[in-house]
Amino acid sequence: MTVTRAPADALSVLDRPNSYIGKTVPRPNLDRLLQGRGQYVSDLELPRMAHVVFLRSPHAHAKIAAIDADAARRMPGVVSIVTGRELEAVITPWVGVLSHLKGLKSAPQHAIAVDRVCWQGEAVAAIVATSRAAAEDAMEHISVDYEELEAVTDMRAALDPAALVIHAALGDNLAFERTLDAGDVDHALSGSELVEADFVFGRHTGVTLESRAVVADWNAAEARLTIYQGTQAPHMVQNIAALHLGLREAQVRVVCKDVGGSFGIKVHIYADEMATYALSKLLRRPVKFVADRVESFNTDIHARDHRCRGRIGVRPDGTITAFEIDDLTGIGPYSMYPRTSAIEANQVVNLVGGPYATANYRARARVVFQNKNVMCQYRAVGHPIACSVTEGLVDLAAAKIGMDPVEIRRRNLIADDAYPCASPSGMKFEQLSHHASLTKLLQMMDYDALRAEQAALRARNVHRGIGIASFIEVTNPSAAFYGVGGAKISSQDGVAVRLDAQGSVICQTSITEQGQGSESLTAQIVGSVLGVSMERVRVILGDTDHTPYGGGTWASRGAGIGGEAALQAAKALRQNILNVAAAILQSTPAELDIVDNGIVNAADGAPRIELNELARIVYFRPDTLPPGIQPELMATRHFVPRQYPFAFTNGVQASWLEVDTETGFVKLLKHWVVEDCGTIINPQLVDEQIRGGVVQGLGAALFEKCIYDERGQLTNANMADYLVPMSGEMPDIEVGHVVSPTQESELGAKGAGEAGTAGAAAAVANAVNDALRPLDATITEIPLTPQVILSALGRI
Amino acid sequence: MNAPVPVSLLVNGEPIDAFVLPRLNLADFLRENLKLTGTHIGCEHGVCGACTVRIDGEIVRSCLVLTVQAQGASVETIEGLSDSGEIADLQAAFRERNALQCGYCTPGMLITAQDLLKHVSVPDRRAIREHLSGNYCRCTGYQAIVDAVEATAMTRAERGA
Repeated sequence: MTVTRAPADALSVLDRPNSYIGKTVPRPNLDRLLQGRGQYVSDLELPRMAHVVFLRSPHAHAKIAAIDADAARRMPGVVSIVTGRELEAVITPWVGVLSHLKGLKSAPQHAIAVDRVCWQGEAVAAIVATSRAAAEDAMEHISVDYEELEAVTDMRAALDPAALVIHAALGDNLAFERTLDAGDVDHALSGSELVEADFVFGRHTGVTLESRAVVADWNAAEARLTIYQGTQAPHMVQNIAALHLGLREAQVRVVCKDVGGSFGIKVHIYADEMATYALSKLLRRPVKFVADRVESFNTDIHARDHRCRGRIGVRPDGTITAFEIDDLTGIGPYSMYPRTSAIEANQVVNLVGGPYATANYRARARVVFQNKNVMCQYRAVGHPIACSVTEGLVDLAAAKIGMDPVEIRRRNLIADDAYPCASPSGMKFEQLSHHASLTKLLQMMDYDALRAEQAALRARNVHRGIGIASFIEVTNPSAAFYGVGGAKISSQDGVAVRLDAQGSVICQTSITEQGQGSESLTAQIVGSVLGVSMERVRVILGDTDHTPYGGGTWASRGAGIGGEAALQAAKALRQNILNVAAAILQSTPAELDIVDNGIVNAADGAPRIELNELARIVYFRPDTLPPGIQPELMATRHFVPRQYPFAFTNGVQASWLEVDTETGFVKLLKHWVVEDCGTIINPQLVDEQIRGGVVQGLGAALFEKCIYDERGQLTNANMADYLVPMSGEMPDIEVGHVVSPTQESELGAKGAGEAGTAGAAAAVANAVNDALRPLDATITEIPLTPQVILSALGRI
Repeated sequence: MNAPVPVSLLVNGEPIDAFVLPRLNLADFLRENLKLTGTHIGCEHGVCGACTVRIDGEIVRSCLVLTVQAQGASVETIEGLSDSGEIADLQAAFRERNALQCGYCTPGMLITAQDLLKHVSVPDRRAIREHLSGNYCRCTGYQAIVDAVEATAMTRAERGA
């Protein structure tokens, strides 16, 4: 590990004896999941619970002329069949726009389609029955008369003036456009070698192993709705459900226990989930919805699906003079709610060229409507697009001037001592470490030896390639992400810590857990600051009734924002405990410390009083305390970054692979990542975030694509035809770190959740092109399927 | 065909007698009738491996087995394998190596890994990856799982030697 600079306070609360910070400790409570005793929403059953299934449109675009559900209503077990028109009385429609994305437009979306369906898979009726099987049986007896309409599917054709406008009231199919022109691109390019390429990214989706699931329980007697949902953002769900059901937020409780994977798929509000909330209210009983796998493919948000024309200027000495992009993306028929579907394109504009020093950058991004499933934010939003375009262009520029890919990066990456600085797109960088990271990566992979091996194998007609990709990563988002645009999505998080009557600690946090280790990092921080062993720290998350208000876990914010709130809350409680201890021991707080669950002398470490004894006195014998002492053995603190809108991190990845030029198959041999996420709370958890993220990026690079036909039919909506990475094809991934803590917080932690996904596809694409360079083939499209590779080689 | 039929089987050693619809698959029977929710449902078409259980000692995808096909059979789920202690060392290795994040694939992954370790005493990493290649994990990237299985194999081999 390389530390670029020490935290501001070199002897902070993090450096105490027996600190858990920076140590690999197993996550608490894993046995529950290891023994099959987790509590996922799909496991949940409540008394009188009914099950809902949705009849979904087989057409990408059609008018609903009539729905006949009479026969279905007579089927056994049916509780109710509800159409969009009927549900409108309970829940209002929504429009997925944010005011800071100027010009972004969308149309009102209903929980269940009213009059018209706009993508294959949009719900047209809800069937509620005593079991899911009974509901599915009844669904087959509903007949819907559709009048099929022209489907706008190709995102390029969507902007043709002759194209059908999906939402006539909007005037055209352009949802959002952003342009940027920084420096003097034309001047910079005029004296440079120019390289251009069209980068094409397949539409893919999250494929969480547990599909989206919700149980909504309207208790009419309490006038209160409890929503059990696998969501990353419980307070956001609370706000949105209340808003559209005409309730106060206090009337909605959101409970989120174990979640079977999220990756951004479960941070949005989906129409079928809104319908489930509304159905519970309408029917006055608990209603459960669990998407099946086909529904997941047709309705979970898709992502990427960009076509981006990129240009780079380079001088013979390797100086990159400018970047220019023109990005186009199709988002389906509606901008998602409430985070909108313009964020990814906006991120692409923000991030292209980000690691490099050139000040000349021009960009245009256009976001269009189409009759396909909705698109929105998925892990590493925009990063893989920006990284693949940037790093693809850099490699093409290096090839053009005959320079090694490492050398061109060394000459152009922002210097490690140039910070703080800003990018041409206005992103503020506090402290990045591109050069230190690259140096470390080259050591880890033994770059020169690999190049020699590659050359030796080429002589034997074995085509191996090395691909390198530097990247920047958006983490710890402040209100700049959503709040300033009017979304009720909190960017601050809160933690409450209290000492119980036996000297254990209960900690309630507003961040959520989907397996990243939120519970662990909170317990590690609180235990370290308080001097309490981790086994005595119990962390409560995922319940709007029982945690402070906050944003949740998304955009790599849990450790950096929730972790700092935990640190500050624990510091406050620690001070309160020391104040009480000083009163009991007739000492002063400064003379005391807390170590290993007991109060000790700060000077010599001599034990004075155990925490359980202190708690006993406070809770049961306060009469023995000196007059005027009112102990407060609970403390709450909140945190949000204020100085930097985002805590940018950086890193670099490398891929080593072999291309079979006969079959077009790519064999991944090894993958390396060096990442700088600031203070590392638990090295194992950080490394596993990165490895998991890399493999998601490798899936995008090689396999994953939602294949639509020209009529807007998703043709591979199952796990046999939509390929995901499995263990057999994945390489071992070596992870290293450079550490540049953020000075915005005492903890110094930045996020690590997007890093792996951000750069993996770019590294693989560069490695494939490196392997194919002697064969004069260049590919700028992912997934790199055998068909794509053989086509580029002219073999098919 | 739509009337419930009787079925008798052993589940985690416990005799079960039930009436089930012929179409009811074993995964749904375990989860909905017996409340053994450790058997997870991921794809319902036999691809993801989340619903893996053992029938008469062989691993199967319980979403592809009808409950009536398990007539007279012995079915073992993650709850049974946990309570018997058979995979306690494998579970401990998963915990130490953080070979699970969301935990949804974990029961199927553990049962599949145990199947390999029963047949091959010390499989190499390639063999472990191959054997687990029908079990989908979106969180970990697999390496930690391979590490945990490898470590368990080594420990068992040392203990057995």
